[in-house]
Amino acid sequence: MPDAVIHFHPTGTLVALVGNPNSGKSALFNRLTGSRQKVANYAGVTVERKEGKYVTATGRVLRILDLPGTYSLSPRSLDERVTCDVLAGRFKAERRPDVVVCVVDATNLRRHLRLVLSVLRQGLPCVVALNMSDVAEQRGIRVDAALLSAALGVPVVKTIAVKASGDNDLRALLEDIPKLRSVNPPSPDQTTGDHEAVNRILSRLGLTEAVPHTMTDRIDRVVLHPVVGPLLLALLLFLMFQSVFSWAEAPMTAIKQATAWVGATVNAALPEGWIRSLLVDGIIAGIGGVIVFLPQILILFFFILLLEESGYLPRAAFLLDRIMGSVGLSGRSFIPLLSSFACAIPGIIATRTIADRRDRIVTIMIAPLMTCSARLPVYALVIGAFIPQRVVWGLFELQGIVLFVLYLAGIIGAMGVAWVLKRFTTQGRQTRPLMMELPNYHWPTVAGIAMGLWQRVMIFMRRVGGVILALTIALWILASFPGAPVGASGPAIEYSIAGMIGHALQYVLAPIGFNWQISIALVPGMAAREVAVSSLATVYALSATGDNAAQALTPLISQSWSLATAFSLLAWYVFAPQCLSTLATVKRETGGWKMPILMAGYLFALAYAASFVTYRVALALTQ
Amino acid sequence: MTIDDLPIGRVARVAHLIANTAGVELTERLEEIGFTQGESVAVLTRGVPGGDPLVVRVGQSRFALRRSEAQCVHVITDCV
Repeated sequence: MPDAVIHFHPTGTLVALVGNPNSGKSALFNRLTGSRQKVANYAGVTVERKEGKYVTATGRVLRILDLPGTYSLSPRSLDERVTCDVLAGRFKAERRPDVVVCVVDATNLRRHLRLVLSVLRQGLPCVVALNMSDVAEQRGIRVDAALLSAALGVPVVKTIAVKASGDNDLRALLEDIPKLRSVNPPSPDQTTGDHEAVNRILSRLGLTEAVPHTMTDRIDRVVLHPVVGPLLLALLLFLMFQSVFSWAEAPMTAIKQATAWVGATVNAALPEGWIRSLLVDGIIAGIGGVIVFLPQILILFFFILLLEESGYLPRAAFLLDRIMGSVGLSGRSFIPLLSSFACAIPGIIATRTIADRRDRIVTIMIAPLMTCSARLPVYALVIGAFIPQRVVWGLFELQGIVLFVLYLAGIIGAMGVAWVLKRFTTQGRQTRPLMMELPNYHWPTVAGIAMGLWQRVMIFMRRVGGVILALTIALWILASFPGAPVGASGPAIEYSIAGMIGHALQYVLAPIGFNWQISIALVPGMAAREVAVSSLATVYALSATGDNAAQALTPLISQSWSLATAFSLLAWYVFAPQCLSTLATVKRETGGWKMPILMAGYLFALAYAASFVTYRVALALTQ
Repeated sequence: MTIDDLPIGRVARVAHLIANTAGVELTERLEEIGFTQGESVAVLTRGVPGGDPLVVRVGQSRFALRRSEAQCVHVITDCV
């Protein structure tokens, strides 16, 4: 069927950034556009499209497009195909750029110039940004920009994307786009080949000898050491999860107190009635119960961003390649899986960089088993209520250890699933390429981390304001109507629609130790996992009698649940219901309903089995 | 000899690439990421156990390669 979609392209000059992965292209994009960015997906393909607005000194507005990083213009992955097609003007959903900025790593010209040559052949007006020129000079690599410009036939400017005024020269060039348009890029001699052409340019610049980056090599001697390396990685991950609990304590207490204060104030200000109940029991208790976990989510993302920016993540992938290989995956799957600890959705999207289709599907299927931050509220609630705060072995917090074990359970579950897929599929037993770049180490920049965290906060708060608020209100309605009959003995919620659903579900969930309150909370928890906490808060707030409605959830559940029930709920959440948005993402990324249905089915089965075993064992041990 | 045969730290130069059973796509890819004729290469470290995967410095970059990939890159060592 022919493509019947008509694409409307916004007007305005379009400047595209092109470069190798690890050229600092995205840092330069952030430097130019600041927070005026729009991140979306290309229509029809699952490749992230990043566009930003840039205002020149004379007030003209340029659209800056950050194309996916690529090593060459002969595409192998989805991301690279988009870059190629956009540059060639073949891409339907994108106008052909007016100007291309080729971002090259000044410390690694030999490889990066090859890409520049093939971009020049596309015939678009082009500018070369010699990025990381400060690092190059520190290492004694002096690149003569004027000489390089003469050799390439296009303007060349030096940039330092991580420094505040590091893009001044590039900004100056972007002032005069028409002048750039008039520069006719040369078409390099095709017969000699790009390799020889690059060598000629480098020898003209006097840069034929490579200077190794000794600092990175020295760090790598420790980080990639066969014994020290894996120990360091384990220690790093463990400390990361310890900090999530210990650092977040103070801000969480503050948020809890603020929620209680707001609840009490509203309670005192309004007359008794359904409006007060909706505000206090529904919205304030529900939203407050979720926002309280924002500090933990931020700390986890802070560590992931730190590891990502410093260049450590691919090293971790290298160290884990052997283990991942034993279950039929490659180290490449590590980065999407680590992102899944924050949220499965960016993790699943990050699998696009895995060129091999089978590896990609398996990684997607096990990504929800990584404990995402949305599960953290549930874990934190149950751990806080049932595990005493105690220091063991003089160093570790008991609560932190339990949390670590839960993360570990998810990882082991994921490895198990991947192993089964390797063992019982024919494709699973072939080896697939790795070829993963280990970039130089960088000091992470405050601005880079801050922007990453800010984007995460916005995503989380938008969810709190949207999905979570809507579901909290819906649940309040379900839990409040119909009201209790006159002369009823139990709390009102038992007679409501939610009470009925909970009681019905209890027949299925009682064997794994869930009471009807938990059963109710699991239903909206399907939409977004952390909603389960706000739902529990709402359910318990409404079932509480009179004055203690705004009471904190933790003491309530530690009184009313058995230890076996608590452990069973933890086990359930290790495997169980991934949120609907994850399933929607899987559908979009795999192009059909088969994978999401398969995923939901196997995760439910796994969760039920795990909870059943946990509950029975815990019951036997505690009796 | 191939990169896989190099002792850790020994600097060599790329002579040529020979495709393995995975086909020419692999060698094209290796060339794109910098394994071009004459480029200096060295093995920086190897995974444990089995020496797979390995970290190879090629020019100014570092790449993690599988042994099967490293075996496609034939090298000559400089005489010292």
